[in-house]
Amino acid sequence: MLQNRDTIISVRDVHKWYGNFHALKGVNMDVERREVIVIFGPSGSGKSTFIRTINRLEEHQRGQIIVDGIELSHDVRNIEQIRMEAGMVFQQFNLFPHLTVMQNIILSPIQVRKWTKEKAEEIGLQLLERVGIPEQAHKYPGQLSGGQQQRVAIARALAMQPKIMLFDEPTSALDPEMIKEVLDVMVELAKSGMTMLVVTHEMGFARAVADRMFFFDQGQIVESGTPEDIFKSPKEDRTKLFLSQILDH
Amino acid sequence: MTQENSILPPLTERFGILRWLRKNLFGSWLDAALTIIGAFIIYWAVTGLLTWAFTVAEWKVVSVNLRLFMVGQYPLQQLWRLWLALGFLMFLTGNSLAIWARRSYVATILLLAFPALLTLLPFGSEPRKWLIILSLTGVIGWGIGWSKPQALGRSVIFGWILSLPMFLLLTRGFTPEGGTMPIVGTNLWGGLLLTFLLTVVGILFSFPLGVFLALGRRSELPIIRLASVIYIELVRGVPLITIFFMAQLMLPLFLPPNWTVDRILRAMVAVTLFSAAYLAENVRGGLQAIPKGQFEAAHALGLNGAQTMVYIILPQALRLIIPILVGQFIAVFKDTALVAIVGLFDLVGIAKTVLAQPDFLGLQREVYVFISLIYWVLSYGMSYLSQQLEVKLGVGNR
Repeated sequence: MLQNRDTIISVRDVHKWYGNFHALKGVNMDVERREVIVIFGPSGSGKSTFIRTINRLEEHQRGQIIVDGIELSHDVRNIEQIRMEAGMVFQQFNLFPHLTVMQNIILSPIQVRKWTKEKAEEIGLQLLERVGIPEQAHKYPGQLSGGQQQRVAIARALAMQPKIMLFDEPTSALDPEMIKEVLDVMVELAKSGMTMLVVTHEMGFARAVADRMFFFDQGQIVESGTPEDIFKSPKEDRTKLFLSQILDH
Repeated sequence: MTQENSILPPLTERFGILRWLRKNLFGSWLDAALTIIGAFIIYWAVTGLLTWAFTVAEWKVVSVNLRLFMVGQYPLQQLWRLWLALGFLMFLTGNSLAIWARRSYVATILLLAFPALLTLLPFGSEPRKWLIILSLTGVIGWGIGWSKPQALGRSVIFGWILSLPMFLLLTRGFTPEGGTMPIVGTNLWGGLLLTFLLTVVGILFSFPLGVFLALGRRSELPIIRLASVIYIELVRGVPLITIFFMAQLMLPLFLPPNWTVDRILRAMVAVTLFSAAYLAENVRGGLQAIPKGQFEAAHALGLNGAQTMVYIILPQALRLIIPILVGQFIAVFKDTALVAIVGLFDLVGIAKTVLAQPDFLGLQREVYVFISLIYWVLSYGMSYLSQQLEVKLGVGNR
């Protein structure tokens, strides 16, 4: 297959079933390096399932996914290779509660990337400064607010120095006043040139930094385009309806 | 809002002893009646027990046979080896308390003073001297640990790992007759020493085995899963005593005639295999309590299956089940009493032999009260320490 030189993620006709339920019905997507993609849609539309197939937290049953030149298959080495290159941030943070913030961040670099503890801690501290909470390094996740926990989760994913960052509804579990502190970090990350796939309903974020937006419904991509296209002149009725529902407040 | 009405002290109830009595014991006529009846029952039981303990009971059976209860037939001239092994344990205990439990003063004092307190029992002068030395060793270990906590951590862990092999080596000996450490056959091991060794070996070996079985039961490989399930359900389906009988009486029938496996070793293996099956189910319960998101986060970070288990899942799962684990360990400790039935001389076995001596016929009450007390003190000790550990690891509040 011919690939554009700058394509980092290539998804071709991906299908996924849960039992008899057809969750993804032939999804196609190409993501360029340094691109910021926002994925939105009603709940149950398959957007989370889709983003989770990219680092194989969900297995796709048909089609092809190529990440940074490596095809996702049953080969465990390929999966581990891709997981090293794709960091992920979850809705529920999923920090490790028995480890301090710093230990959360350095665990994987030490175990998987085989860095020394000194190097990992140095980079861990830089990342905590970048997300604005260096003073929390030795606390446990349970002692932090939701917004702080999510920023730690971002720092933890970044510590592996991934080429891609996947965000699965990163602000949906947060209290309103904490959403901004997390979005600020994500905006800064987008501006630094990170390739990002973000499942979110934060349309302000999409407007500010997204290069392209994809609207998912019933396991398919209904419409895609630049934020300008999507917000000003959506083509599909379903897109218009959904946008009117989430923007009319 | 002004400063005055923004900060109010919490409401407190005034508390007097009469008020408390009224509220808790004599709230109504029924409460009052129950209180009085309860008080009579307690009075009757306590005075009965005390009268028996101080006037009727012949404690001589305990004081004369104290050494039998503690170590069975273990030869008198070699006892110093056991004291040495205990000294090593006390030293490590002192070290560990100073390094990892710096602020648990009560636990520290209780543990370090415990041997010295035992001198109140009717030991001879020689054991009393050793008991004092044990306490002193503990205090010295504590002092050393206190002064250099960072530097010593690793070597203390290493010491604990070595402690069981060392204890067994010192107990058994390794030189022929006439050397400094002649071999003491396991047929001479008995009393609390045997109970202690069966328990410690049982716990230490069943723990990893139980964890592996729990992981095996959740494995994606059908053969491993099936083997784990069969093992667990088979062992949990039979009483411990039958496993002891099989190990002691039936195993020799299957082995070639000139093969013998040491009887104590067989009992240790039986305890280990039995306890592992129960532990496996407890650990599995802990594993199931870990949210799926923890596995996903670990995988998303590129950790493989083994790394995820070792660094993320097991530490959380085991912490959750500390109370259950300690319950299991206490059960192992008490279950070892069953070896008396297959003819080994643990605490209960020794109790039976003591009672068979013509001098002490009919003194069951004294003997069984005494060994019950030993079981209780050690069981409660384990329970108390585990509560301290839970507080320290913050199990309840996360």
